[in-house]
Amino acid sequence: MKKTFKLIDLDCANCAAKMEDAIKKIDGVTNATVSFMTQKMTIEADDGKFDDIVKQAVKVCKKVEPDCEIVLK
Amino acid sequence: MSRKQKKTLARIIAAAVVFAVGLVMGIVFPESEGVTSPLFFVRTFSLMAAYLIAGFDVLLKAVWNILHGQVFDENFLMTIASIGAMVIGEYSEGAAVMIFYQVGELFQSVAVGKSRRSISDMMDINPEFANVERDGEVSEVEPDEVQVGDIVVIKPGERVPLDGVVTFGASSLNTAALTGESALREVAEGDEIISGCVNGDGLLKIRVTKLYSDSTVAKILELVENSSANKATTENFITRFARVYTPIVVIAAVLLAVIPTVVIGLTAGEWDWGDWVYRALTFLVVSCPCALVISVPLSYFGGIGGASRHGIMIKGANYLEQLAKAKTFVFDKTGTLTKGSFSVTENHPEGISEKELLSLCAAAEQISNHPIAASVVKAAKANGEIPKAENAREIAGFGVEAEVDGKKISAGNARLMNRIGLEIAEAEAAGTVVYCAVDGIYRGYILVADEIKEQSKTALAELKALGAEKTVMLTGDRKLTAEKVAETIGLDEVRSQLLPDGKVKALEKIYEAKPAKSTLAYVGDGMNDAPSLARADVGIAMGALGSDAAIEAADIVLMNDNIENLPLSVRIARKTRRIVTENIVFALGVKIAVLVLAALGIGNMWLAVFADVGVSVIAIVNAMRCMRISRKKNAHL
Repeated sequence: MKKTFKLIDLDCANCAAKMEDAIKKIDGVTNATVSFMTQKMTIEADDGKFDDIVKQAVKVCKKVEPDCEIVLK
Repeated sequence: MSRKQKKTLARIIAAAVVFAVGLVMGIVFPESEGVTSPLFFVRTFSLMAAYLIAGFDVLLKAVWNILHGQVFDENFLMTIASIGAMVIGEYSEGAAVMIFYQVGELFQSVAVGKSRRSISDMMDINPEFANVERDGEVSEVEPDEVQVGDIVVIKPGERVPLDGVVTFGASSLNTAALTGESALREVAEGDEIISGCVNGDGLLKIRVTKLYSDSTVAKILELVENSSANKATTENFITRFARVYTPIVVIAAVLLAVIPTVVIGLTAGEWDWGDWVYRALTFLVVSCPCALVISVPLSYFGGIGGASRHGIMIKGANYLEQLAKAKTFVFDKTGTLTKGSFSVTENHPEGISEKELLSLCAAAEQISNHPIAASVVKAAKANGEIPKAENAREIAGFGVEAEVDGKKISAGNARLMNRIGLEIAEAEAAGTVVYCAVDGIYRGYILVADEIKEQSKTALAELKALGAEKTVMLTGDRKLTAEKVAETIGLDEVRSQLLPDGKVKALEKIYEAKPAKSTLAYVGDGMNDAPSLARADVGIAMGALGSDAAIEAADIVLMNDNIENLPLSVRIARKTRRIVTENIVFALGVKIAVLVLAALGIGNMWLAVFADVGVSVIAIVNAMRCMRISRKKNAHL
């Protein structure tokens, strides 16, 4: 499954790259991109664990950039 | 400004006020500089307060990042530099550095946010809603909730939300958002229309043919949004560079603080840490690589955004970089350099006028629905009335015969002329020749050929001016036809009579011969040339409006049919590359200069902060130039 999330207050390009690396390392994630330019995060991961993976992704992003908020629809 | 930015601004102002109190105090009561003065504590307190108000988040972040294993970022640098300044007694400098750093960061964040938004807005072709008609009632729904077969109502001025077929009404659609050219397309019942266009002044009802996720708009948006994931090598280089650069500077700063002090201390016996530590701290302040880390991706993003405004979709910064280096351009003929439709290009009458020859041929050809015949009829109609023909019959493989005003007209190929007993010299021409005889007397021929696009010649000339070293055309056409086209347009080489799989083989050969360090671009219309598009360094598809295959196969998609967008793309790629280089050279140049000055003890911390923040802002502003490029030719490269 592939899903895109909006990011609020992602204001450094470097952090975006760090987040991307961190999400890619989560177990079950096939691909992830964090785009500073479009302020969007795309996660591609196993269907079954998807919700769990998103939760983990939010956690690792907080670790990198505590101010950045991920909009979960 | 976002909420976060407003908060930062408020903090900066508060910090600046408190800082001013401390600073003024130092000027009015110079004795407060001394530790013995009772005012010393008040002054130090206000400077410290200013420092903490401005920089507590930087301090926290530095600690947070170190705890999470990310040492050596800009927060760390600023923390060390400012605390160091406090330790050696430079309270006002420590506080000032932090305040200026925050001002700079805020400015940067506002500038980047603004640039990002203006580029994104430009690319925003996303329909917000669709008016779906169900059971006679119209309701507004999200485009991705609409099903195939639903009827959608599009009011004048609205954006077409989904691809579909017009079932009611007539209007004109503006394709500007997709092609970059404000062109109107007339549509009526039965016509297919694509999402992303803006409806003119007629009300339309369409039957949806594709889900939103498969629609043209979604495809284009996906392409643009994913483009920042394909990073240019320069971008990756900068990220890697930043990773090694910061530790190196920190180590250099430590050495700068320790070695001279120890050397002087041992030789002269005087241990003065203050001076060299101060120099080292200045060194740290200026070392932040932000200017590069932000401006380089922003430049590429701007270039991609600017291109999309002209209807040029680029799938990633890496392709922009490849295109800037392209020196060999390989073209597909039909549909790329030529229109892919036939028309009368030459007229050689014998004993009658050009107009007569054309109208006689057309009169006879009217009964045929062969594309060649149709183009002859079309050309004659543009010239006036076509005379009535009687007893017309088509002779398959030869041509047509008919009677016009009692005269027997034969129009067809050379074999038809031989059949009626005429010996003619076969015309050496590029295209299909229609010979004509009237009452058994040869009256000349008409040449029907695939028309060359008006812009092909100028586009090729512009490419040459941009430094293209080799331009090659690949085609399955006859040699003669191909060479004529190539000569007219001004191509360097032609490979003709190629079978479909022969194109890739020909491309391989050209690929091997391309100049070192340059790249090869293949330009095609996306029909049957997906392998070639994939094989080239940069695959460029043309006229992709509505063609999913081309959008998928190519790296760069020219949404409209105008080949002049090719040199324009090259110019955008070159401009972006130049701006990226400028920013790298400028940022590193200034930083190195200030580093040297700091090491020599000439620059102070203030200069360092200005150098760091100022360079970032200038680099950002410069990066924004990437998105502005005019269609005008001969603009500087």
